[in-house]
Amino acid sequence: MKFGILVNEGPYQHQASDSAYQFTKAALEKGHEIYRVFFYHDGVNNATRLTVPPQDDRHIVNRWSELGKQHNLDLVVCIAAAQRRGLLDENEAKRQGKDANNIAEGFRISGLGQLIEAGIQSDRLVVFGD
Amino acid sequence: MTENVTKKFLYVNRKAPYGTIYALESLEVVLIGAAFEQDVSMAFIDDGVYQLKKDQSTDGIGMKNFSPTYNALGDYDVHKIYVDKESLDERGLTADDLMNLVYEDEDDDYAEKSSISIVTREELAQLMEQQDVVLSF
Repeated sequence: MKFGILVNEGPYQHQASDSAYQFTKAALEKGHEIYRVFFYHDGVNNATRLTVPPQDDRHIVNRWSELGKQHNLDLVVCIAAAQRRGLLDENEAKRQGKDANNIAEGFRISGLGQLIEAGIQSDRLVVFGD
Repeated sequence: MTENVTKKFLYVNRKAPYGTIYALESLEVVLIGAAFEQDVSMAFIDDGVYQLKKDQSTDGIGMKNFSPTYNALGDYDVHKIYVDKESLDERGLTADDLMNLVYEDEDDDYAEKSSISIVTREELAQLMEQQDVVLSF
């Protein structure tokens, strides 16, 4: 089956992000396809590479990056939600005149149309949120 | 879009308009999604019914009153708006407390019609059952 995943909550604050990761990983292990993982609301904070959790805890951001690399996942962060919350890639930082960017490896920033498209193209869109 | 597919999308709105950003960002998804010409419905349940309350004022909280944007939904061809009756009852609200959201029915000589239907939880459950994609905010 082809799944689309929507992550609506930030890392560590809420389990939604962990559940989304575990679901995505399990689906891939069972041979399913992940069409796209879309990060919205505070979910965009799953994509900041400046995250530094305590060493004895899971690294949620790196975990997504690694899973993405391993399975060539399309990890998409909503641009409007990201800009509000201070998450930028190199292009956006330049465009907005900011002195830094903070997006983690394997994520890309794009529009909400990517979420709708995931709903249309996937057999199931699974929402992880509050 | 790579294929010409029409799916039934339901946006479920469960949160009050200003306590969190869910309502505002949900509305943004609906407006962007309208460009994809899908079969769109919206449901308002629990505190989500407050999103449609008329005469909202945010003067005291320093936030933008985005409620007028709901009036644009009809122009975006989003006119199937379902409000949970029990959620209204639980909060002492009636249909008269809600904004008058309308659309022009192009199949009926562009007559102006109400977009809002007040439905029971059972009817909402049936509506959800019919959907291809349910986005819950």
